[in-house]
Amino acid sequence: MKIGVVTFPGSLDDRDAARAIRLAGGEPVSLWHADNSIKKVDAVVLPGGFSYGDYLRCGAIAAQAPVMKTIIKKAGEGLPVLGICNGFQILVESHLLPGGLIRNEKQHFVCRDQKLLVENVDSAWTSEFKIGDEITIPLKNGEGGYIATDETLKMLEGEGLVTFRYLEVNPNGSMNDIAGLRNERGNVVGLMPHPEHAVEPGFGPDSPVAMRSGVDGLKIFQSVLKSVINA
Amino acid sequence: MPKQDLLDPQGKAVARALERSGHKAISAVRIGKRIELHYATTPTDAQLQEAKKIAESFLSNGVIEDVVEVSIEQD
Repeated sequence: MKIGVVTFPGSLDDRDAARAIRLAGGEPVSLWHADNSIKKVDAVVLPGGFSYGDYLRCGAIAAQAPVMKTIIKKAGEGLPVLGICNGFQILVESHLLPGGLIRNEKQHFVCRDQKLLVENVDSAWTSEFKIGDEITIPLKNGEGGYIATDETLKMLEGEGLVTFRYLEVNPNGSMNDIAGLRNERGNVVGLMPHPEHAVEPGFGPDSPVAMRSGVDGLKIFQSVLKSVINA
Repeated sequence: MPKQDLLDPQGKAVARALERSGHKAISAVRIGKRIELHYATTPTDAQLQEAKKIAESFLSNGVIEDVVEVSIEQD
């Protein structure tokens, strides 16, 4: 099971995403922003970071990269695509997900272990969760405020496309506490927090069991491996 | 420019600083950007139309920003 991880100039969490895929039981494949090819992978992760230094708008220049043309086309054909943080920004700039992400409400870069509510499990990346699951994964962003028109928000809420919602604290002023979204087909998911940093005991967020033992992010990667097998 | 009905955190921070320094008449600040496209010769009408398209599709994001003006300026 091959899952591609795209490296753009300024990507930071590409290796962490590859590690998460490996720990979930998949085979990570490095993809390069300037290539047209996605090497016959079964799914793609757009990792976090600051592609092109966040110039113009976060994710805007990356959305024009040659590899994105292929990914946008394949996503239209059902290829599972996950965008984490900067990857989520790239997905909205590519119009694979609706809305936009702007600077955090209070201007600060926020880094914390964030509690999320899982609200939709009918996507390629959330099928291993149960509706109502509460998970904790790291969040670290400066421009993570989710915004959309009233019409789009109504559509997202009405059709149940909100996959993850911030619990207890809304860290960045996101409308409706939205932390992550899926598209209608369910193959494309984007979220601001970082599941790939909560996949191995000893290196994740604190959990009630022990310090740094949180591995709530792993199910996202396990979900896609199962979705690909079942497809 | 950021859309009127959306929060502009940058503008809000600057507005607060202005208020602190005594500029009480300023009720709000919004911050946008100016992007210059340089042409070797004066752009034709077709090039201006093309620049407008670039402004709407790539240089701005219609979800969060509005293009206010696209015009030709001499050096």
